[in-house]
Amino acid sequence: MSVAKPLPHDSARLHVTGAARYVDDMPVPAGCLHLAFGLSEFACGDILSMDLEAVRAAPGVVMVLTAADLPFANDVSPSAHDEPLLAVDRVDYLGQPLFAVVATSHVAARRAARLGRIAHKARPALLTIEAALAANSRFEDGPRIYTMGDPAGAIDGADHQVTGRIDMGGQEHFYLEGQAALALPQEAGDMHVISSTQHPTEIQHKVAEALGVPMHGVRVETRRMGGGFGGKESQGNALAVACAVAARATGRACKMRYDRDDDMVITGKRHDFRIDYRAGFDAGGRIVGVEFVQYARCGWAQDLSLPVADRAMLHSDNAYRLPNVRIESHRLKTNTQSATAFRGFGGPQGMLGIERVMDHAARVLGLDGVEIRRRNYYDERVEGGSAPRPAAAPRDISVPKNEDLASRGAEVSEPGDAAAPEGAQVTPYGMEVRDFILHGMTRQLLESCDYAARRAAVDDWNARNATIKRGIAFSPVKFGISFTLTHLNQAGALVHVYQDGSVHLNHGGTEMGQGLFRKVAQVAAQRFGIAPEDVRITATDTAKVPNTSATAASSGSDLNGMAVQAACDIIRDRMAAHLAEQHQAAPGDVRFEGGRVYVGGAEYSFAEAAQMAYVGRVSLSATGFYKTPGLAWDRIEGRGRPFFYFAYGAAVSEVAVDTRTGENRILRADILHDAGASLNPAIDIGQVEGGYVQGAGWLTTEELVWDDAGRLRTHAPSTYKIPACSDRPDVFNVALWDGANPEATVYRSKAVGEPPFMLGISAFLALSDAVAACGPAYPALNAPATPEEIWRAIARARGEAR
Amino acid sequence: MKTSFTVNGTPCSLDLDPRVTLLDALRDHLDLTGSKKGCDHGQCGACTVLVDGRRINACLSLAVMHDGDQITTVEGLSENGRSPLQSAFVRHDGMQCGYCTPGQLCSATAVMSEIADGWPSHVSDTLAGPYAMTREELAERMSGNICRCSCYPGINAAILEIAEEDVGYAEAAE
Ligand code: FES
Ligand code: FES
Repeated sequence: MSVAKPLPHDSARLHVTGAARYVDDMPVPAGCLHLAFGLSEFACGDILSMDLEAVRAAPGVVMVLTAADLPFANDVSPSAHDEPLLAVDRVDYLGQPLFAVVATSHVAARRAARLGRIAHKARPALLTIEAALAANSRFEDGPRIYTMGDPAGAIDGADHQVTGRIDMGGQEHFYLEGQAALALPQEAGDMHVISSTQHPTEIQHKVAEALGVPMHGVRVETRRMGGGFGGKESQGNALAVACAVAARATGRACKMRYDRDDDMVITGKRHDFRIDYRAGFDAGGRIVGVEFVQYARCGWAQDLSLPVADRAMLHSDNAYRLPNVRIESHRLKTNTQSATAFRGFGGPQGMLGIERVMDHAARVLGLDGVEIRRRNYYDERVEGGSAPRPAAAPRDISVPKNEDLASRGAEVSEPGDAAAPEGAQVTPYGMEVRDFILHGMTRQLLESCDYAARRAAVDDWNARNATIKRGIAFSPVKFGISFTLTHLNQAGALVHVYQDGSVHLNHGGTEMGQGLFRKVAQVAAQRFGIAPEDVRITATDTAKVPNTSATAASSGSDLNGMAVQAACDIIRDRMAAHLAEQHQAAPGDVRFEGGRVYVGGAEYSFAEAAQMAYVGRVSLSATGFYKTPGLAWDRIEGRGRPFFYFAYGAAVSEVAVDTRTGENRILRADILHDAGASLNPAIDIGQVEGGYVQGAGWLTTEELVWDDAGRLRTHAPSTYKIPACSDRPDVFNVALWDGANPEATVYRSKAVGEPPFMLGISAFLALSDAVAACGPAYPALNAPATPEEIWRAIARARGEAR
Repeated sequence: MKTSFTVNGTPCSLDLDPRVTLLDALRDHLDLTGSKKGCDHGQCGACTVLVDGRRINACLSLAVMHDGDQITTVEGLSENGRSPLQSAFVRHDGMQCGYCTPGQLCSATAVMSEIADGWPSHVSDTLAGPYAMTREELAERMSGNICRCSCYPGINAAILEIAEEDVGYAEAAE
């Protein structure tokens, strides 16, 4: 068996020797030029004039590009065509690229980029949620609203009501490898782009538009990224397009890499959110109705904000059955970086909303945090049901012209009918929940982490200690897997078997450390019955596999694993048919196992079998294709089945807080996570551990601060605190739930990239628990729970003003 | 300005602008791209290299300051890329995207010699030594090497396993 083995990352040996190459490590042709952007120093206003003489005269400068110099499209938006590569007449945020310097070295380009003199007329900048609301500055005409039942009536008539608000900050991706691209001009005007991107097809599309060539004139390659986390889904467009335009203009290779400060100032981050809530509970702690108003600060351009905000709405239930619910979502346009995809894609924000409600209600009702959650869980998994078939409804199948169809920001409505059966338990958007496993997972986790005794010990500690307070909290995760833009749920692969039995493959997914290449190689090895080392995966390449979706939405191995499996099976069946014919056996009886091929009593090595097939003139190359079945989603109505299945997880975190300073530590975390039948438990556990720490970082230490002028003040790791080795919990127990995916995914595994991120919510809730032990009032902790915020929340709990 | 130093055992002579950092000299002039640039500000540790066996952030040091020094980068940590620590990183899954890995390895190599040589850290109980590799010491001494993928459990396990053989490993006193 190759699948289910805990094999190391495919490039592990290369990483430990420094031999793994990233974009900035590629040898470049002689004469390669380097780019840097000149950035706006003000957040909002009109450009009156740009004096770039000093820039042009600076040492090493070969060319300076402004919007007027761009030959074709001046757009790097993944959605609404509202994101010029270089500003035209106006500026919408501080840090916006105004012009591009092309110079003989990176340093020369950067130095020159500082010399532009921009005359402008400032306009008032909208920096905050309040300001944007007051100015009605938003994307889409008004809020999106999903409703089920009669929430207002249910809440008004409930035994208990809780009302409140939570603010949650954004998050910088801080992929350790900054954004980078290299453009290599080819013959006949073609362009070869090497990009650190999660979405090579989109880079290809945007570069083609910018060069005025068909997509076949642009080839994009991505071997690996030094981290992506969503920050390389659309944010790499600007660099790739700028390099390609400069390479076309100069005829020379062009490279661009953002320095860290520039990267943080230019690129989008996780959306910060405010969520107002009002909920009603019955005497038994069952939620009877809830209303959420979500405000997302989207920044200056639309980017992927609509699907991000949609996903926040879709995770407003997390693991709980909400009989009456209304979710109102405002997508606010502000003069800040254009917020973008980040692990979880809005899901974490939506989920934190309902977890706050549970936390708040548990206090009000005097119930244990675990108990109130269990009482509100969806019912246990319903076995044996069949997926509701979407009936083909007549619809307009034309697509808008010029649309970047491969982007999650594309606005293509695909209403279908995936109505849940009558009486089924459904989410607020009408999707039946049939695979719920959190009752069992919760039971197992509480037992393994000794929750009850530790809860009592924490309470006991808090009763005896005034200065250091402890907190412990549990939180579950139910995360929907699939792109909510249904047509993106497709993938392709290209597999070759060579005469010596070695296998080479490409697929549409990109490797950013999540272990996708390893997992997919395991799938291919399993299909051919060979060792994973005999399978080689090379750089993701738009010339090998076209029309790919971003490696995002955790879907990398689900989609690409299936596409590779399909391609391998085509070749294997051809080989089997050929061998069977030679041995007068049935093709179905040919077995591929342990590097051998067994047919009608004979036995060959896989290499011999490949040779025989080659001599028999059997094609040993195939493409594979996969599309996720059963999806149908109407994002305007908020109805349908946007997800193929749900991935689950549960965590218990314990913290200590110094009430004098707000300083805090995570003492222990216990996690049970559902990866279905894991394709690679080692990689999956790594994803769970990393996701938890990153999620906890979002909610604790990672604070983004803009000043009143709209300048991001936290633009380096010196001021923006990313979890370090010393921040991980002292005790950290991570286990995978033992269970297969009831849906027919690749080897019944489940996606694992994003879901564990939200396990970090338990750390935030544990801090809330510790703070609540300081006084009688509900502390209404905001995120990130920095020491300052904890200190303020302690005052709120005590009823003091601070 | 002419500068000569030894990198991974090979003598190198370079004529450099005095403002060129050691990191840029290694990456851009010697094609040793294993050392990474994560921040260029001495804040992430991705560029960690060894100078005469001690770790430094190569992005914070000018190349011309290293005339005559012995520099070791990740490429030179072992002959065959299979030092015990390198193999332990592979075995314990001490990486995801791998971008921090070269810096982690160089840093960890130096941490072990710092402990062996009796250098205290901020969490050491005494200034007099000797010190052992406890979990606490490890967390403190490696805290300058950020891993955004948060592979800390794997990284720590790998280092502890090797430290146990090398400098003696003690469970942190609870
Ligand atoms: S690149 Fe030197 S410490 Fe970050
Ligand atoms: S492995 Fe990605 S930063 Fe450490």
